[in-house]
Amino acid sequence: MDVLVYIEHLNGKIADVSFELLGKGRELANALGGKLDAALIDANSDLATQLGSADHVVCAVDASFAQFSPMAYKNALAAMVKERAPRVVLIGNTSMGMDLAAGVSAATGIPLIAYANHIAVRDGAVVATAMVYGGKLFAEAEPEGEQVIISALAGSFSADAGKGEGAPIVEIFAAPTGGAGTQFKQLIQPEAADVDITKQDILVSVGRGIQNADNLEVVQELADALGGALSASRPVVDNGWLPKARQVGKSGVSVKPKLYFAVGISGAPEHIEGMKDAATIIAINSDPNAPIFEVADYGIAADLFDIVPALTERIKSG
Amino acid sequence: MNVVVCMRQVPDLVEELEINDAGNDLNREYLKYVVNEFDEWALEQALLLKEAHGGTVTAIGLDLPEMDNALFTALAKGADAAKKIEGDFANGVSSHTAAKLFAGALQAMPYDLILTGVQSAEDLDGQVGVLLATYLGLPHVTVVTGVEVSGIQATVRKEYAGGMMSEFTVSLPAVLGIQAAKQAPRYAPVSKVRAMMKEKKIEGLSSSDGAASSGIKVRRMFKPEGGQRAEMIEGDADAIAERVVSILKERGLVK
Repeated sequence: MDVLVYIEHLNGKIADVSFELLGKGRELANALGGKLDAALIDANSDLATQLGSADHVVCAVDASFAQFSPMAYKNALAAMVKERAPRVVLIGNTSMGMDLAAGVSAATGIPLIAYANHIAVRDGAVVATAMVYGGKLFAEAEPEGEQVIISALAGSFSADAGKGEGAPIVEIFAAPTGGAGTQFKQLIQPEAADVDITKQDILVSVGRGIQNADNLEVVQELADALGGALSASRPVVDNGWLPKARQVGKSGVSVKPKLYFAVGISGAPEHIEGMKDAATIIAINSDPNAPIFEVADYGIAADLFDIVPALTERIKSG
Repeated sequence: MNVVVCMRQVPDLVEELEINDAGNDLNREYLKYVVNEFDEWALEQALLLKEAHGGTVTAIGLDLPEMDNALFTALAKGADAAKKIEGDFANGVSSHTAAKLFAGALQAMPYDLILTGVQSAEDLDGQVGVLLATYLGLPHVTVVTGVEVSGIQATVRKEYAGGMMSEFTVSLPAVLGIQAAKQAPRYAPVSKVRAMMKEKKIEGLSSSDGAASSGIKVRRMFKPEGGQRAEMIEGDADAIAERVVSILKERGLVK
């Protein structure tokens, strides 16, 4: 009946999502009458001292685990899950977590519910609600059997709840080692940003609805009129229309401006996770069912090419 | 080098998605399907590798609506062969099932590298690439934005948060989940797609037995609900602009 939380870390820092999952994991462990265990895969067990909210920290320790590598980490975590047979395994739906959650599911046969943003125990069953279809629908799902792996969207639960004080029992787990096909080479730092979008009070953020790079001028003019900077969702950056440093969301940065103007952004979960804490959110999208309207304070369901120039003019005229 | 690209049709998110009568899945009867956008990036990455190193690109799909069109488009873009796994997929295909089906088909095919999209709109039970790799016992890296191949190894870049990337050496064959390639997916003119429909054939493959189910059951599927939804601003462009500016003024966001 135990809950096992995978502890994600990079350069000696534990990811916030892992604390979020420890907090949620404690709640689930109490409801299931089990223990809360943290799974740490690293070159040493030093980070265990920061995991006071867990009952046990299960450590797979080897020099080769100093940096994340998909195959080595997956094999170690799958071995841990097989031996300890937890009822629930919680993993962040992050870049690293996506190699682990599906990998451990296929390796162990334990079903996976991905993109979860709500998890509860109801009548003894573990039920997770997942954001599917680009955030347009929610699916409330449960495993057919007892065990389940859940990968949760970052920012879904309180991190503070997982930062409790305590002295967990540290156990060393003899995990399989060896590269198994993927070898870490190096970390590549992000390219220097021309504008730090995390420090802006006003962001005009542009998505797929802008259609091409030439149209960016329309939103740049709005950003200029508001005295803000231009940011973007993933498709704009993947297409090379704006630099990576301007990307908001899961593989970009998280922002909390006073005003976030979402222009032509549908609002996939990966984007929402990076901007939902902005003080005021105004969204323009031609699809009235776009999930961005679920997090925005104000919504405009119209063609951005009609609205944005009119708005820019109106702001300029004071 | 032989690159196989696994492609999956998913519901078109631009369309209105209706829930079925049981309230636990989409109403799939009139659903419009499109190629998973990340699978298009995976195909582009495969074509770039072929241009750099030679070899072949094979596109393989599941027999869902519009798959033939997607496969002929892949041929028009430069893929050498297209295959389709046949079966009754009218009720949708979970990621675990799709991965097992692809794994079954790949057992009878030569490959050095398998590419697929990092994720899709129908990934409630996880992402196909990593599941497929694990079923085939192959190395995997997902959230990949760069691939270089040299002999029996690939050097791949995996994207982390904040623009940070991690580089790995990967032994081939392997499965990579592609987030983006060096260039956006190329365009195939309709005339070329039509020509492919005349010139080339899509090879049908029968489904492997005992394809895994996802092992999860959906209790309820629903549209986001709750009182937090945006206040919608209506009217013509000038009226909307007027209202937005008054909101910005109220909140002290413009002078």
